[in-house]
Amino acid sequence: MRESSKFEKSFDVEGGSFQKAGNVSGQIKSILKDLGVPTDIVRKVAIICYESEINIVSYAKKGTITLAVTDNAVNIETKDEGPGIPDIDLAMKEGYSTATAAVREMGFGAGMGLANMKKYSDHLIITSEVGVGTCVKMTVMNFPKLLHPDLTPFNI
Amino acid sequence: MELETLVHELDLKVACAEGQLKKEVKGGYVGDLLSDVMANSKEGDIWITRQVHQNIVAVASLKDLAGIILIQGSEPAHDTAAKANAEGIPILVTDLPAFEIVGQIYKLIKP
Repeated sequence: MRESSKFEKSFDVEGGSFQKAGNVSGQIKSILKDLGVPTDIVRKVAIICYESEINIVSYAKKGTITLAVTDNAVNIETKDEGPGIPDIDLAMKEGYSTATAAVREMGFGAGMGLANMKKYSDHLIITSEVGVGTCVKMTVMNFPKLLHPDLTPFNI
Repeated sequence: MELETLVHELDLKVACAEGQLKKEVKGGYVGDLLSDVMANSKEGDIWITRQVHQNIVAVASLKDLAGIILIQGSEPAHDTAAKANAEGIPILVTDLPAFEIVGQIYKLIKP
């Protein structure tokens, strides 16, 4: 059974709004600091949140990012109303991107987003339906992973 | 080394957040790909880039970077400057290209 969250909050992200990109990640970082989450965990969550936010802004009409903090982990779940990902394995490859030229000019769309989200989370699950949207669940463990090799955030 | 010392030593123009120059510069990172900087820069780094749009402020803020140096006389966009001032992220400008300013910074902070 999943441990109940001691803090949970959802944030809306507007598609196409590069002006506001990073605002949600900033709020989440502040919340985690206030909750006393260790700095190295906060840094990882900031990276995966920012990449998630940029993905929603770059590709989707809109989306939500939900933060759920437990004693053992920080969970981030994103859901968007976007084009969906036809081939998730391909999308996970660093360097693969379907970003527009305008997005690339801003220094995004280098095909590092999902790769960074995987690299800086301890667990990541993507589900996607073409024409409907994409859901990404990520967890950053709040304790050394090696001490608990059998635990996943989805069975604690 | 304090950011203020870099400003004086390298004759950088302070474009934003003039009151935040006491920050400690621990290292540096160079890049125009925001995901690269997001993933690989470290707290206290000075970031050298030629991106001028406002998302650089979000990256610098989220990663607790010491500040941003824009190269080749690039000025921050208007909304970038407003956001940097609001969030206290120093933006500095050099007329030099990245290779030269990075070389000078490296000599100063990694003697």
